[in-house]
Amino acid sequence: MEILYAVLVLAGIGAVCSVLLVLAAKFMHVPVDEKFPKIRECLPGANCGACGYAGCDGYASALASGEEEKINKCVAGGDAVAKALAAATGAEFEDVVEQVAIVRCSGDCNTVKNKEAYQGLASCAAAKLLYGGPSMCVYGCIGLGDCEHVCPEGAIRVVDGLARVNYRACIGCGMCVKTCPNQVITLMPDVERVIVGCRNHEKGANTRKACAKGCIGCKKCERECPQGAITVVDNLSQIDYDKCVDCGHCQDVCPVGCVHFRDFRGAHTHPEGTK
Amino acid sequence: MKYMLILFTLVFTENYVLVQFLGICPFLGVSQKFSSCIGMSGAVIFVMTLASAVTWGIFQALMIPLHLEFMRTIIFILVIAALVQLVEIVLKKYMPPLYKALGVYLPLITTNCAVLAVTILNIDNSYGFLESCMSGFSAGLGFSLALILFCGVRKSLERAHPPKCFEGLPISLVAAAFTSMTFMGFTGMAENMFG
Repeated sequence: MEILYAVLVLAGIGAVCSVLLVLAAKFMHVPVDEKFPKIRECLPGANCGACGYAGCDGYASALASGEEEKINKCVAGGDAVAKALAAATGAEFEDVVEQVAIVRCSGDCNTVKNKEAYQGLASCAAAKLLYGGPSMCVYGCIGLGDCEHVCPEGAIRVVDGLARVNYRACIGCGMCVKTCPNQVITLMPDVERVIVGCRNHEKGANTRKACAKGCIGCKKCERECPQGAITVVDNLSQIDYDKCVDCGHCQDVCPVGCVHFRDFRGAHTHPEGTK
Repeated sequence: MKYMLILFTLVFTENYVLVQFLGICPFLGVSQKFSSCIGMSGAVIFVMTLASAVTWGIFQALMIPLHLEFMRTIIFILVIAALVQLVEIVLKKYMPPLYKALGVYLPLITTNCAVLAVTILNIDNSYGFLESCMSGFSAGLGFSLALILFCGVRKSLERAHPPKCFEGLPISLVAAAFTSMTFMGFTGMAENMFG
């Protein structure tokens, strides 16, 4: 008899719960914007948050309700997703601003001096453990190619002891950023055109002793920049990309040549993609 | 005083996560970001209190008269799962801001063993209705305390650069063990304070 009760009670509770849930779902149904599922389907569902919303659902609902108009905010999906979104919303296609890896160091083996002859394991991480690396500049590229090994696209090559990025092959995955023991590499929106190729915060004289191309904090770029976009903080130039208009004047005036004016457009970029 | 004892016991001396080792999955899963910690904590407090109240009612009204006390595990799981779903639907309809804050975490709680544990321990301790609710609330509060403390620990771990083989979950588990050991220090305090 007891087992009958047990079965009946369990089945009864299950049935009551399911009826309640069905009724609740029916009567408390919240109408969803019909555009929402269509837009949501286009998005990759990685919920990475690069678009500035809490997740893919957040971006999709903002697009569906019309409070967000830009269809090029999904960095993870790239241009393919932007095209699909353009088709789904009827908005005009715009290029997605992707990230590219930037090496913030200009010191190759001709310009930077070594304080020791490193003969150990050919890995930046290992060399870094030995007094901060063989180079006199402990901020810069060690040049043993940890980033080169980890890059899935083969976009990084170490030439003359300095990692160089083939921007057209870079997909902006950030593997090199995580790997670099000196944090020399960083990700940057690929619409920018100017970078400071140095991370050395030492005083000018000390930087000069270590590397011929290191930023000496002379403030010439700060004075000459027509937009006032450059400031020298802790003996190192920093560019405010909100003010920068990509004129490239800072490259021309830099006495050591550590400011680079170049096209950094990455692998997924639409040909017309500019700032 | 009785309620204070329950509160103090479940938050400190018998903390569900750090002393009784229940609900470890969300403890490790959602402790990376402070904002998600707060969301999860709110959801757990809410569901634990509600589940304590509902299961107490079902146990007293249905299971004791029919002598089905041995069925409590499966019945409570069923009730909690349905309850969480129901709460989700109701919140979505009537309290969209709260749903936005807790929504992602509610389904995660459905099968959280800490919620099941609090309902079963309420029965084992033969708590009354208000005591059950208080115990559910306190257990949720204890869970939140553990989660938020551990979130701070993980923030420091991110900056600590442990050896590569320890990065991520392994070092988090080691840190969780230390956090748990600090809570051993509360042993016996509740009895002395309120006993």
